[in-house]
Parts: sequence; C-alpha cells; structure tokens
Amino acid sequence: MKLVIGIVRPEKANDVLEALYRAEVRGLSMTRVQGHGGELDRVETYRGTTVQMGLSEKVRFEIAVSDPFVQATIDALCDGARTGEVGDGKIFVVPLERAVRIRTGETDVEAVTPVGE
Amino acid sequence: MGLSTLAAATKVDTGDTAWMLVATALVLMMTPALGLFYAGLVRSKNTLNTFMMCIAAIAIAGVTWALIGYSLAFDGTASLLGGLNHVALHDVGFTPREGTTIPQLVFFAFQATFCIITVALIAGAVVERMRFGAFLVFAAVWSIVVYSVLAHWSFGGGWLTQNGLLDFAGGVPVEMASGFSALAAALVVGARKDYGRQALLPHNAVYVLAGAGLLWFGWFGFNGGSGFSTGNSSVLAFTNTLLTPCCTLVMWFVLDLVRGRKVTAIGAATAIIVGCVLITPAGAFISPAWAMALGAVGALPCYAVIVWRPRTRVDETLDVLAAHGMAGFTGILFIGFFAQLAWNGAADGLVYGNASQLGDQALAAAVAPAYAFTVTYVLLRVIGFLMPLRSTERQEALGMDVIHHGEEAYASGEGAILVTPEAGVEAEVPVSP
Repeated sequence: MKLVIGIVRPEKANDVLEALYRAEVRGLSMTRVQGHGGELDRVETYRGTTVQMGLSEKVRFEIAVSDPFVQATIDALCDGARTGEVGDGKIFVVPLERAVRIRTGETDVEAVTPVGE
Repeated sequence: MGLSTLAAATKVDTGDTAWMLVATALVLMMTPALGLFYAGLVRSKNTLNTFMMCIAAIAIAGVTWALIGYSLAFDGTASLLGGLNHVALHDVGFTPREGTTIPQLVFFAFQATFCIITVALIAGAVVERMRFGAFLVFAAVWSIVVYSVLAHWSFGGGWLTQNGLLDFAGGVPVEMASGFSALAAALVVGARKDYGRQALLPHNAVYVLAGAGLLWFGWFGFNGGSGFSTGNSSVLAFTNTLLTPCCTLVMWFVLDLVRGRKVTAIGAATAIIVGCVLITPAGAFISPAWAMALGAVGALPCYAVIVWRPRTRVDETLDVLAAHGMAGFTGILFIGFFAQLAWNGAADGLVYGNASQLGDQALAAAVAPAYAFTVTYVLLRVIGFLMPLRSTERQEALGMDVIHHGEEAYASGEGAILVTPEAGVEAEVPVSP
C-alpha cells in the first residue's frame, strides 16, 4: 500500500484525471499548490512594478493505492502531465501505514479499493 | 458633396444636446460593461485577455471611426457608401447635421460609441484562443469594411433606408452585423483545443450579472439616444428599453424552469442582453404593449439557438450569434408586423395594414447577415494568411493573460521577487515556446 503524490501543471490536471480514469485508478484528491522546482521564473509587470514570479501554480494529486496499482498510477501521472518542458512536476511514492474507510470502518487494502471492485 | 456639410441651417437645441452628451457617455460605458460580462463567462486564466479585447475595441474603433469610418457611414446619402468629406473629422463641428438639433460633434461621438461596442461584441466568438495582435488588426479593418458600410446602409441614408427599412438603434449594423460576423469568426479561427472534450465553465457568474446590469443601464442611452433628441421617439424607446428585457427575463425564467427545473443566474444575465437587443431595432417604432410581447416572444428563437449551438462543432464561444444575431434578426422582422404609425409617425406594419413594410424589413434581415458573414469570413482568411490568428495549444493551456499581457487577473504575489530597474531584467516571458 502506497501513497502516490504527483505535483503537476494545472493546465495538465485534466489530462492526468483522464489518464487515471483510463488506468482504473478511481480514488484520489487534488489541491492547488504553489511551488518552485527549478523552472525559469515568469516575469510579469503591473504598472511600473516588474516582478519575477518565483512560485508557480501547481496541482497536487494524492492517491492511495494497493501495491498492484502503484506502477499504473505512476504511468498515468507521467502520461497525463508530461509536456517535455522544465516544470512538468514530480512524483513521490511513500509507504502508507494505515488506511481507514470512515463509512464502514474497513481498513488498509479494502479501504483503498473502490467500492464494487 | 454631402448634403450634411451644406445643411447648417438647423438650430442647436440645448436640451437635446444635454441628453445626447449623457447618452454618449452611457453607451461608451457599455463596452467595459461588456468586458466584465464576457470576462465572467471565460475561465479565470483568460479573464484579462477577454476584458482587454473590449478595451482594445475602444482604442482601435475609436481611432478608425474618427479617421475614416464616420465619413464612410455618414457623409452624403449615396446608396452604397458615404464620401470622404468627413475624413479625420473634416467639417464636423458645432453646427448640426441635417435633420438633427445637436452639434455634429456630439452626433459623431454618439455614433463612435456604437462602432466601438459592435467591434467588442465580436470578441465573444474568439475569446480564449485568438492572438491579441491578430484581433487588433481584425478590429481595425472590420470597423471600416463591415460596420461603416452597414451603418451607412441603415443609419446614414444608404439604400436600405431609402428602401424604407425601419431600424431604430442598430438591428442591422450593430446586432446582426456582430452576430453573424461572430459566426464567421468562430468558423475561421476554429474551436478552442478543449472544446467538446472538457467542461469549459464561466469562472465568475457575479461578473456576468454585474456586466449585464451595467449593459442594460447603458442601453437606455443606446436606444434612448437614438432619436437624437428628447422628443417622443426617445421617450418611447427609453421606456421600451425597460419593458422588453423585463418580459424577456420572465420568459427566460419559464424556459429555464421547463428545461432544467431551475432558474439560472447566467440565463438571467443572458436574458437581459437578449431583451435589450430585441428592442434595439424596434425602439420607437412599436407601442409599449407590443414591446412587451416582443420581449416574451423574441426570447424563444434566441433560447433555442443557445441550447442548440453547444451541441455543434462550432465554438462560437459566448453566443454572440444567439444573443445579438438572432435577437437583432427577430427585432427587425417584428417591426415589419407590429410597427404603428400612431406611435412612430413613420410607418405601419403588416398587422396595421402595410404589408410592404414587412418586405422592407425582411430584405434587411437577409442582406445584413449575408454581408457581415461573407466579408468577415474573407477578411479573417486574409489576415490568417498574413499572420497566425490563434495561439498555440500550449499557450492556450497556460491562458491568454500570461501569454499576451504578462499579467494575471488573480495574482497572489506570493513568492514574487521584485525586479529592480538596475538588475536590468528584460527577459521575455519564458513560458512562451
């Protein structure tokens, strides 16, 4: 059981969702985050003030999956989010100690497997 | 030599002039209001670009109108096109234009605001993907080759007017011209890359409602000023501008309820625009009671187009065809049936025994869309041959605001590093490939 964290470009979020859906990865959450990953800064000008936008908007996916789904999830994130330019994002896979489905009290693998599978 | 330059005999009326000065300002406000309305309807990453297309229309059309557009539309009464005697405001001064009691300068300014908003309206068809530079070029040429020509035909004494067309405040040059040009523009520029694949939703319905409200407010100047006086025609058009959109709103509520069991806010904002457009050509030609009927009945074809259009491959993004083209078309034809000599002092419609009026209206309703669509289509093909019309897919994904303006509508400023002039950073926005 792993927690897959994918940080991707906001404009690719829909492509990632599509890829995950096709890979039959169903349970996920996403948040808007700001971050910096070594890409070139965007320069913006507001009246006389020119600024380098040091943080870029990203979308962070958090997906808890059972072990057989880890590679499929990683592949889906890569397929959906890749443009080839600097700033495409990162994927982190971390071990997951416990998972509980609140409605039923199911734990671990049952809890991260969508209902009906 | 135009008649207008010779006719300096009419006297300026101070009351009429006072009202027309106010009306001109009201109509100019409609363009930023339209910017707000449109900006609310697009995704947040395209907010500024959408708004800026409307601001650009003020800049570009304001200049082209002063330089040449006004002359082509309002110099003389040749059937096809005006002359060149008013180029760069030559002979446009304090004496009234023939048939009006206001200084020609005010008349010019009032008409300029019409040209401006018409150009801005077309932006609705191409938002979220058209290149800003290409839009500027398009706006400049379109304001001359389409707007000025149609304005001459229906306002400036051209062949449609000579033929007997009744068009109070611009069913032909403003509403049908923008609506059918928008369709052509959407076809040439093409759909957004995600159109039909992802849900592309309005990002701020409050902007849309506020924009619609401000547009309605400005429309009292648009229709109420199109009598160029404080006389009966202006009074009637002013009141009809209140009544028709009210009835359109009620009808829209009913249609929304029937279709989705809920009255929608964006539907209501759309209904306000549709109602105002419906009464634009009919302004002072129909009675208040018929104006109310027009508001209710006219909602039907526009609602139908709004429901039907997104099911097609045509990404006419903000439904200019439905809200302006279709509503203008309906309003122009409605005059042919229900115009009333007793109210307008000009002509009766079919219902009051003058069938030929319907013929005159139908001719304009056929010719104006055909002209606007064809010329816009060809014009954009030519511009597209000279420069790219649309942004790349990658730019479209990032949003037009950052790409074309280097700004964001909702910048947080977090993590932003101040660039001092000494640092000499003149870097291009590195996100554009």
